[in-house]
Amino acid sequence: MSERLGVMPAQTVGPYLHIGLRWPDGPYVVPEGTPGAFWIRGRIVDGTGTPVVDAMVESWQADPDGRFDHPDDPRGARPPALAGFRGFGRSETDGQGWYRLLTVRPGSLPDPDGGTEAPHLALSVFGRGLLHRLVTRLYFPDEPAANAADPVLRSVDADRRDTLLARPASDGFRFDIHLQGDHETVFFAV
Amino acid sequence: MTTQDNRASSGLVLPRYRRDDVDAHPPLLSPGYKSTVARAPQHPLIHLPQRLTEVTGPLLGEGRLGALDHDLTRQHDGEPQGQRIIVHGRVRDGDGRPVPRTLVEIWQANAAGRYRDARDTWPAPLDPHFEGVGRALTDDQGRYRFVTVQPGAYPWRNHDNAWRPAHIHFSLFGRAFTQRLVTQMYFPGDPLFFQDPIFNSVRDPKARERMIARYDHATTAPEWALAYEFDIVLRGRESTPFEDEDDDE
Ligand SMILES: [Fe+3]
Repeated sequence: MSERLGVMPAQTVGPYLHIGLRWPDGPYVVPEGTPGAFWIRGRIVDGTGTPVVDAMVESWQADPDGRFDHPDDPRGARPPALAGFRGFGRSETDGQGWYRLLTVRPGSLPDPDGGTEAPHLALSVFGRGLLHRLVTRLYFPDEPAANAADPVLRSVDADRRDTLLARPASDGFRFDIHLQGDHETVFFAV
Repeated sequence: MTTQDNRASSGLVLPRYRRDDVDAHPPLLSPGYKSTVARAPQHPLIHLPQRLTEVTGPLLGEGRLGALDHDLTRQHDGEPQGQRIIVHGRVRDGDGRPVPRTLVEIWQANAAGRYRDARDTWPAPLDPHFEGVGRALTDDQGRYRFVTVQPGAYPWRNHDNAWRPAHIHFSLFGRAFTQRLVTQMYFPGDPLFFQDPIFNSVRDPKARERMIARYDHATTAPEWALAYEFDIVLRGRESTPFEDEDDDE
């Protein structure tokens, strides 16, 4: 069949990711003023508790109907009903290690194994000192039944599961990312 | 049949991206690169079977590109200092299939080794005619092309007399969340490789070689610019469960 090629290795984004990867509209998964939109904000901290000021978070998620406008969604690519919905967000951390994303809640997803995935965002974390991106997921705290049935959450040790749950905040949710330490966030190999 | 199969009781059949070899990427904890020590997670990564979120991804198209985004020598009124170079190549997946219409972002230091970033304060000159930022979209064959200048090496404080080999940062999306990649392109014959813990964090010498562009005399433009070819391979797909059904134990 086809040739098998070795993949390109990953390297760190380095300390100057801001010049190359800054998008003015990066944090806006949906435009400002979108009905139901909320902010997800969080801080990235390292193993010494120091905020990580040279990192970037990217998010990817289904639309509110649980669909992806993508040819590999076997239910068919479908443009989102919600105007301006991009599904993708990108936010560098600021001088105190904070990132921010304006988005809407994604729908639940059918799992190929027959269950249902609870609403979630896939997050990638890039930064100086990270030679490969880290992948995690954000779940919503007010979906206890859906979360209890979620196959990914169920695959994680019960005592670490809460690192994947956002917390309510005044204008949305807070989701801190701990690269190391007692509350180290669960990271996945995808 | 294993439970890893994305074959579905739900009737949903998803593509599945091959897991990379352990040696293909640098270990997150690479103590020679000091800032990995407090930043690399200490728990092992948890295996996540790919589902809808992972096999889809943002398809960011022409809307994000300006006409001169691929030419870093023409983004200002004057030309930047330095050796003009063409950097081009193909983006393919691990099975050799081109990755068409995918966004490629680059950023780099100027010819003197300085970034246009307030945090970069070492005493090399800034170039008023150089931002050091480029974007391109691959064509239907997965090809991209940038025009820029040869970046300079620059010092950092990782170890005694530490210098980064000249490099260009690359960011790629591919077609799926699983294929997202950020890497660095290096130049052939750089004398600084031996002491660079970032380059050498990739342990497999063959994998390390992939990060070094090839000098391309055929594309070098007479009396205008040297050319380098840098092909990028993103993860390939497993054959579908139906295709390899006969081989199933
Ligand atoms: Fe750099």
